[in-house]
Amino acid sequence: MLSQTLTLLMRVLVGAQPRWIGSRPSPALRIYYANHTSHMDTLALWCALPAELRAKTRPVAASDYWSGAGFKSYIATRGFNALFIERNADKRERDPLGPLVEALQRGESLIIFPEGTRRPQALPSPFKSGIFHLAGKMPEAELIPVYLDNLYRSMPKGTLLPVPLTCSVRFGAPLERRPDESKDAFLDRARQAVVDLA
Amino acid sequence: MNMQQKFFWLFGGIMLLLVAASLLGWLLHRRALRSGGSETIANLNARVRAWWVMVAIIAVNFLLGRNATIVLFAIASVFALREFITLTPTRPGDHLPLVVCFYVLLPVQYWLIGDDWYNLFAIFLPVYGFLLLPVLTALSGDTEQFLERVTKVQWGLMITVYCISYAPALLLLKIPGFAGQNLLLMIYMLMVVQLSDVLQYVFGKLFGKHKIAPRVSPSKTVEGFIGGGLGATGIGAALWWITPFTPLQSAAMAAVVVIAGFLGGLALSAVKRGIGAKDWGSMIEGHGGMLDRLDSVSFAAPVFFHLTRYFFEP
Repeated sequence: MLSQTLTLLMRVLVGAQPRWIGSRPSPALRIYYANHTSHMDTLALWCALPAELRAKTRPVAASDYWSGAGFKSYIATRGFNALFIERNADKRERDPLGPLVEALQRGESLIIFPEGTRRPQALPSPFKSGIFHLAGKMPEAELIPVYLDNLYRSMPKGTLLPVPLTCSVRFGAPLERRPDESKDAFLDRARQAVVDLA
Repeated sequence: MNMQQKFFWLFGGIMLLLVAASLLGWLLHRRALRSGGSETIANLNARVRAWWVMVAIIAVNFLLGRNATIVLFAIASVFALREFITLTPTRPGDHLPLVVCFYVLLPVQYWLIGDDWYNLFAIFLPVYGFLLLPVLTALSGDTEQFLERVTKVQWGLMITVYCISYAPALLLLKIPGFAGQNLLLMIYMLMVVQLSDVLQYVFGKLFGKHKIAPRVSPSKTVEGFIGGGLGATGIGAALWWITPFTPLQSAAMAAVVVIAGFLGGLALSAVKRGIGAKDWGSMIEGHGGMLDRLDSVSFAAPVFFHLTRYFFEP
């Protein structure tokens, strides 16, 4: 119910129209990774997926921001079934990627934002290394680059209300896996795949 | 005839027109299939289908009454402004003025119609909105291309909210002997504008040779404008019985609406070219976006409103 309301709200406010450019919707195990500019990114990408895929795709959200008590957490857990990740290194008791790997092993696809935080620009900043380690641990998962268009204009960091704009969600071709690739080369290539969709 | 009877005759006529258009589209489609199909005909059929939906929405609104009509146009304005802002580059510093446009200025403008407050309706956006927006942009502290940015937001607001709100504002007019029938006047204006667009397109496709403004809008031709314009003026004259006009007055009003609508389409095409887009959006299949359908209305509605108010309100 809450999920449907959120989806409708996103459609009216920002359109969130999916454009499947290099791949098709598929129930295969996938890690969708996208540029991050706005609070609405997670919702927009999640709403752009077909309903049956949404049910088994979990957006990864920063626990320092989204979890706990209150409205944000209610939206994150009940609305889009978020999986929380600990960003703050001091509070980590175990491998921060652990819950992500477990979810993938259960057959749940993930939505991640490898920049780690929101950036106020059209093109993504350099990626943090999380996606490299995650990809190394789960070689069978497809890495799907996604470009979120215009959301940085609709609701930039630090603002409370979204401006209605037509935003599209562009899905690219799965990132090719190259064995023995260095971390930096992989991160550059992964980022470039998102930039190419812009 | 009373309002209800006029309504049923009018919509009966529109239905017949749409049935005929659908039938023609189907025949053309069958003929085109044999010769390998045609994009123009597929587009024509998509347009006819969209027309069915639009007519159904207007008819339902008509039955729901005045407030539903105001809300319908407010929603149309939201989508049109959304399309306009999407294609106009903005910076984070424009966020506050944009939020105010969507969540304050737009609803207030339509509320003023519902509240029957014509004097404020007429000056609210061109004076107060105009003065408020640069202040909000200045408060954000970003002066990069300041005048251009403010102008674009003001322009979008004027076209997509102020000008379009003149269509439901026809409900405000108090014409002697026409009380309670203003919705018909609005439908009259919309029909003449839209039929003029359709007929200009059809005449242009059939007979078009001399382009009026090849760089701005390659589909606008002298032959299309004259043929379509005369056709729409004739239909407008024949619809005098749903208006407070005599047949001759109705022809003159329809001609003004046709010309204003044509000029509106031309000016907004130039804006589109300047931005580098073909259509404003893609929400209505075959038609492009909301603003592609409402561009001519945004110019015709204010002109039609003020002429009617000047000549027919005591």
